[in-house]
Amino acid sequence: MSSTSNPLLEAKGITKYFGTITALENVNLKVHAGECLGVVGDNGAGKSTLMKVLSGLYKPSAGSLFFQGKEEILESPRDSQNLGLEMVYQDLALAGNLPIGENIFLGREPTKNLGFLKLLDFNKIKELTNAHLDKLKINVKSADQKVEELSGGQRQAVAIARSTAFNAKVVIMDEPTAALAIKEVGKVLDLINSLKKTGVGVIVISHRMDDIFTVCDRVMALFQGTNFAEASLSNTSRDEVIGWIMGKK
Amino acid sequence: MEDKDKKIESLHLKLIPYFEKYGILLLLVLMILVMHILQPDVFLSWRNVTNVFKQISWQSMLALGVFMVIVTAGIDLSVGSIMMLSLMILAVVAKAGAPWFIVVITPLIAGFLCGLFNGLGITLLRMPHPFIMTLGTLYIFRGAGNLISGGTPISGFTDEVRYLGHGRIDLQWLGLEKSQYLPVSLVLIAIVYIIFWIFLNKSKTGKWIYAIGGNPNAARASGINVNKILIIVYSLCGFLSGIGALILAGRTDSGYPNAGLQSELDAIAACIIGGASFFGGRGTVLGVFAGVMIMGILRNGLNLMDVSSFWQQVLIGSIIVLAVYIDVLRRDIGTRK
Repeated sequence: MSSTSNPLLEAKGITKYFGTITALENVNLKVHAGECLGVVGDNGAGKSTLMKVLSGLYKPSAGSLFFQGKEEILESPRDSQNLGLEMVYQDLALAGNLPIGENIFLGREPTKNLGFLKLLDFNKIKELTNAHLDKLKINVKSADQKVEELSGGQRQAVAIARSTAFNAKVVIMDEPTAALAIKEVGKVLDLINSLKKTGVGVIVISHRMDDIFTVCDRVMALFQGTNFAEASLSNTSRDEVIGWIMGKK
Repeated sequence: MEDKDKKIESLHLKLIPYFEKYGILLLLVLMILVMHILQPDVFLSWRNVTNVFKQISWQSMLALGVFMVIVTAGIDLSVGSIMMLSLMILAVVAKAGAPWFIVVITPLIAGFLCGLFNGLGITLLRMPHPFIMTLGTLYIFRGAGNLISGGTPISGFTDEVRYLGHGRIDLQWLGLEKSQYLPVSLVLIAIVYIIFWIFLNKSKTGKWIYAIGGNPNAARASGINVNKILIIVYSLCGFLSGIGALILAGRTDSGYPNAGLQSELDAIAACIIGGASFFGGRGTVLGVFAGVMIMGILRNGLNLMDVSSFWQQVLIGSIIVLAVYIDVLRRDIGTRK
């Protein structure tokens, strides 16, 4: 909310090379609790690379990440998850062959001990899934439904539910509405607004000005791998932001 | 009227998952019935049933290993060669006069190491597809097996070494006749399949194996170490091939150069018939068992009826195509497009 308080997540001077290609150069970013930052940019501007650096999937060639004021080095997505930094990928990163509940808890499944064996606790997965989906007001037939049987909007909702199931502090969403039917977009944006209310910092990467101007508090534009412009939503307009995407100020 | 239609439709939808899970068992039961009608005196006799189980004993180990690999959307073409190499190492160690408990454990270790080699090759050398790595080791392992044995059979193992493949559990205390025994290999199949059923369905690692097959990117993004899981899967597949070698040593009392030749294709066929998907993430341990049984019963039944082995090949091939086509139809109904 207030930009005077310490940021929850801050990236300073992030640079990333792939061989001879410079994907990101000296990029800075910060997001506060309960705030939504919109990240815009043309294809190839470096948005997805930046998000993958923040989620620990890529290691930056230079630069540092600070989480709640403390410098952190992310070796893998597991590290960022442990901090409470969650990512909703554009390709959703769900396993279609597994049920909703097992997707939400994938990699962090609750277990119970049976003698010396550590077995998955399917009842607990189901219980926690139902409670969590209820909290986010996400409607599905059953937590046992396979993800491949769901609509695009339901899948997006499951992906967001997945990202918030473990006390997430920052949720990063890559094109959260890109693959959705129009009536499903509103539901996902509502979901983002309710996340903000619970004090989660949200970063939304989107091409859609409607998304940015509905849920974001601040917007920053990347152009050719660098910080190009940044403003709070009240101080800018759609036309100006579209201009930034094209590289015009 | 409409309500009734709706009810019937929803009943069909409810039945789909059961059909997906147990449909292959129906096919198995049907085959057993047909064989029983065609050969009423012989087919379901104690001797013939135990024969079928003895015949499928080592194949069932290879099929289970290959199944786990297929669930990850991979393939292992080298299981027959792993089994042959493990068998040859067992034979050489046995001939060198090692005590039986050493002889028994060598094929298991050898198989495990071969699988580990596959897994490390696929992940560390970043082979474009497991097909290539395991095609390579298909030749490498068989060649190595011939190198250490000189390409000739080595025969004659002690009873302890042969126990798993050849042993009998006497059931006379149940009032049965001496010929009505239980093959030890059947008990072994049951134990191994139950352990792997628990592993794949109830453990985290097992769940992750399915997740990797469903969407490796999802698994990676969930913090799962995909390469580590793949190495475990290929190592276990090799280990199971090693168990296959130990069973085969018991059954044939010999290590021979052609052991397990083309058995990797039988193993893959059993998985496919049993409902595993080549695209990964789909299939059950029960299905693989049914697949192995269907192939075993088909061979056995056709032998009983004196049908040429050429017809067996034609029939097994047809069943593979038919089983997958049924799967295609099922998926048309079952999932959203």
